[in-house]
Amino acid sequence: MARALINVPAKAKKGEIVEIKTLLSHPMETGFRPAADGKLVPRNIIKRFVCTYDGEAVFSADLFPAISANPFLSFTLVATNSGVITFSWTDDNDETQVQTAKIEVV
Amino acid sequence: MNTDAQSLDLSRRAFLAGAAGASICVIAPSARATPEAMAQAITDFTGGKPVKEGRVVVDIPVLLESGHSVPTIVRVDSPMSPQNYVRAIALFNERNPQPNVGVFHLTPRSGRAWVSTRIRLGDSQKVVAVAQMSDGSFASGSIDVIVTLPACVEGA
Amino acid sequence: MRAQWILPACVMLLAANSARAEIPLHERKSGAEFMSPQTQAMQADDVSNPGMLAALDGEAFWKQKAGAANKACADCHGPAEESMKGVSARYPAFNASASKPIDVQGQVNQCRSERQQAAPFRFESRELLALTTYIGLQSRGMPVSPPDDERLTLFRERGKALFNQRLGQLNFSCAHCHEDNWGRKLGSAPIPQAHANSYPIYRLEWQDVGSLQRRLRNCMTGVRAEAYSYGSPEFIELELFLAARARGMSVETPGVRP
Repeated sequence: MARALINVPAKAKKGEIVEIKTLLSHPMETGFRPAADGKLVPRNIIKRFVCTYDGEAVFSADLFPAISANPFLSFTLVATNSGVITFSWTDDNDETQVQTAKIEVV
Repeated sequence: MNTDAQSLDLSRRAFLAGAAGASICVIAPSARATPEAMAQAITDFTGGKPVKEGRVVVDIPVLLESGHSVPTIVRVDSPMSPQNYVRAIALFNERNPQPNVGVFHLTPRSGRAWVSTRIRLGDSQKVVAVAQMSDGSFASGSIDVIVTLPACVEGA
Repeated sequence: MRAQWILPACVMLLAANSARAEIPLHERKSGAEFMSPQTQAMQADDVSNPGMLAALDGEAFWKQKAGAANKACADCHGPAEESMKGVSARYPAFNASASKPIDVQGQVNQCRSERQQAAPFRFESRELLALTTYIGLQSRGMPVSPPDDERLTLFRERGKALFNQRLGQLNFSCAHCHEDNWGRKLGSAPIPQAHANSYPIYRLEWQDVGSLQRRLRNCMTGVRAEAYSYGSPEFIELELFLAARARGMSVETPGVRP
């Protein structure tokens, strides 16, 4: 399983705009890189990222090979209510990794 | 291990081989994106609708010490209200193997029209961001960057 | 490509200055100080630093049972936060059973063979890098403190000689760039002082973490020399000298470098 690092503030005020950071371990193989034998290494990238907040998709991304290895994504969300924020990364083999974080809104 | 540099070298060899044999063989596919390919990718994103320059800032240092992981921030001037927000930000380049970098989908719950990521740039080139607004209009911003190499790289 | 114009440039700048002087303690700068503010920020924040992904991996390997002995590192050493604190800051160290100095990766592999009765990890394998990054992280912020062990002296002196030894088609020593000309530029890239206080590093060019030996091999390729093999005595000797040369500097593992 790939490793993921996520930063979601544990607490926020209602209506506050919070910054979310995510980092996933993934080679983001471009499909353009030759291996030692001269043959191209097959493409294998994270092609889709989705962030849901209490089940509603609030941010998503379609990614291409020009995104660096170990893809880093940071964006903002409005802290509306206490709940669970879910992050999912899907690769070229349609394998999805899911990670969650809790946020307490006061 | 990487690298884009190696793949570009290969592409260059492929291109040179193609160029040398141009009189006897069909034209090889382009080794890289071109300004034209980027323009086409932007048209694919906008559906051919007009794109107004401005309101979109691509924040990348002009001089880069590496093209492998370029910290890139895009922000769009928008109130991000339920009535008036940025629906998507698409990022393009003109000299990587492909013109597309990523498409980021936002909602009023984003709070700010702001996204930060790290991208690969195979060479010095222009990076363009196009924002799709909730009213269906498009705006863009761009930056020209210079990509350099650190000393004593593995692929040297 | 770019190397074609970097080489004449560096021949010129090295010809200009051939005096040799050790960098005084108050002038010692980590490689991080020569990086762009963006790369510095990447290292400074744990959720931005891709090297932390390797440390996470290492934490898992630390607790994972392995080998015929079916033991995890944690079974003997307990929590790494306590037992591994300061370890990377003082390695390489003299290993009595091997009768020679070994570095942290050598120590991990010695534990693998002797305590866990498992096959040693390959150099630059994901497991070895993850464990050494995780172990290194436990010394972050501590001063590089090579042991005052006279059994190491001879090896450290050899390392110093290697550091000052011209090699490769360009006929440069490590010192030509990193003592005589640090702070100047090679092409567009600043020449750092070459302190080994941040390894394993996440190098943007590699798009992965790698060991000090991998970085030294890149240097050797840079001067067109045949690189020493991974795990060779020369590398351990150089590591010993580099540790002495960086004495007192803060451990930054996992560093991020361009």
